[in-house]
Amino acid sequence: MSIKKIHKEQPETFQFSDKSMESANKIVSNYPDGKQQSAVMALLYIAQRQNDNWIPLQAMKYIAKFLDMPYIKVYEVATFYSMYNLSPVGKYFFQVCTTTPCMLRGAYDLVKVCKNKISEKENVLSEDGKISWMEVECLGACVNAPMMQVNEDYYEDLNDKKLEEIIETIYQNKIPKPGSYSGRMNAEPVNNRKTLLGNKNA
Amino acid sequence: MLKDEDRIFQNLYNDSGVDIESAKLRNDWSGTKEILERGREWIINEVKSSELRGRGGAGFPTGLKWSFAPKEVGSRPHYLVINADESEPGTCKDRDILRFEPHKLIEGCLIASYAVNAHKCYIYIRGEYFNEGQKLQTAIDEAYKNNLIGKNALNSGWDLDIYIHYGAGAYICGEETALLESLEGKKGQPRLKPPFPALIGLYGCPTIINNVETVAAVPTILRRGAKWFSSLGRPKNTGTKIYCISGNVNNPCNVEEEMGVPLKELIETHAGGVIGGWDNLKAVIPGGSSMPMLPKEVCDNMKMDFDACVENKTGLGTAGIVVINNDQDIIKCMARIARFYKHESCGQCTPCREGSGWMWRMLERMAAGEATPDEVDMLFDVTKQIEGHTICAFGEGSSWPVQGLIRHFKDEILERNKFDPLVKKQKNIPYLVDQHLLEKENA
Repeated sequence: MSIKKIHKEQPETFQFSDKSMESANKIVSNYPDGKQQSAVMALLYIAQRQNDNWIPLQAMKYIAKFLDMPYIKVYEVATFYSMYNLSPVGKYFFQVCTTTPCMLRGAYDLVKVCKNKISEKENVLSEDGKISWMEVECLGACVNAPMMQVNEDYYEDLNDKKLEEIIETIYQNKIPKPGSYSGRMNAEPVNNRKTLLGNKNA
Repeated sequence: MLKDEDRIFQNLYNDSGVDIESAKLRNDWSGTKEILERGREWIINEVKSSELRGRGGAGFPTGLKWSFAPKEVGSRPHYLVINADESEPGTCKDRDILRFEPHKLIEGCLIASYAVNAHKCYIYIRGEYFNEGQKLQTAIDEAYKNNLIGKNALNSGWDLDIYIHYGAGAYICGEETALLESLEGKKGQPRLKPPFPALIGLYGCPTIINNVETVAAVPTILRRGAKWFSSLGRPKNTGTKIYCISGNVNNPCNVEEEMGVPLKELIETHAGGVIGGWDNLKAVIPGGSSMPMLPKEVCDNMKMDFDACVENKTGLGTAGIVVINNDQDIIKCMARIARFYKHESCGQCTPCREGSGWMWRMLERMAAGEATPDEVDMLFDVTKQIEGHTICAFGEGSSWPVQGLIRHFKDEILERNKFDPLVKKQKNIPYLVDQHLLEKENA
């Protein structure tokens, strides 16, 4: 369970844009009749994407009506899962994994860089309001540690220098390239590959 | 070393492309219709005699699980659910299957759903794997377009629809009943078992839940025969497995190897050895963070399969191998794992909800040398109070790593923690304050 703080300033209304409405209806149709509640997680996510990466309370009320379920049940889901942001985050939302496999390979060096270059505290916007960061639990890319997620993309095989470059790139209004930063292909061993070489050289 | 031709996941590193044409070059979707035509009984028996065990951590025999689904479809439809909520620290194998071998998974879904009489299959992917999910969706769309799934798939007369359901960052949803709760649009808190999902699962209907790697291996097993699969490894521990080797090694990687491969070979051959040499090895977590760690002496001759791990008082789990060398503070490493479990406990059962926080705070103090010697026994007792007293296996998962630490490195903890009882010294230690209330001011 994660600790969530509801943002103090809430918009007065919320409704799905046409695009969101389209994807929402498509997702509801994935589930059997009468089981539309199953779509609540996806709909919260759609609302989050539509609303600059955070979910206002009005969106939860809207989704509750949309799926014909009690508001509190939507609230329960939104507060239970850690990927729903209930307060605004930066346009570039850095999530640095610091669980043991990443920690062993220097994840806390990345945290230090975030503190220096973005903001001293987690979930506080950088000076130009573009980036915020937080520590998260295992993101499931342990052989590419240390790594972080920025919005939907994974940045892997990092170190403090490379992270500094990524942050600088964003400050210069460019989008850094996702993936591994050690020059290797996905999860293969760097310079030490002994398997499936026939495929590699094909 | 396993021969390349015996590797199931030929595109593990994405050398040759993900699209359906490249997948067919790797033999995906060849003879699938013939497999279906041989019938349910044959498929289940073949999977049984291949002795394939679930790759998600528990190692339950897959054929047996499938046979639990009711033979006839009654008033309630059957469901197949694929567990792609890979969140165990140290594990990242399913991710590579989702993004590089999606057609193996989809083909496996078709065969499995036919075997258990399900017309609907939900793939539950952890929310962070959004890009991987998109790649899988592309592959699903390709499969629909080529009539590999959908209405009358492959002209076999079988209908199958596959849907992706994204999670949203909850480790507990990897537990199968919590996953079902989450699929139903609730918070992911595990259900009591029995009833088992095979009889009462998703929406109260019979549901079979399998891990990604398990299902993705099935088509190859049926194509090449159960004999081939069971000739690898040893009885009850057959076949191949994707091992994820992370931590203090020179070349962390994913690699598919034969079951029962020596741990040392995995680390030395594929992962380029321990940083600082084999003698610099301190401990290894063999199966994802839930499994108790092993000290170097055991690692020297350890074989990596289900039964060999159990003999050494640990488990193969997901085969996520985390290597820890002597440059690390082992107590601190375990404290971080305990923090993970504290964060991820769903809060349903008191022993786990409270105990996971206890274990974390005690370990942090022990790492800082601020505990008394008898607290080590107290910590062990706390783990025993959690283990076996919770609805799901999270209780074991969170307490076993701590037990592993105490079992093998008790002397080291005692060496560092020589405090007299705190009360006598009246020492003000901030850790004794409920840290989870202070932990994140801005969260």
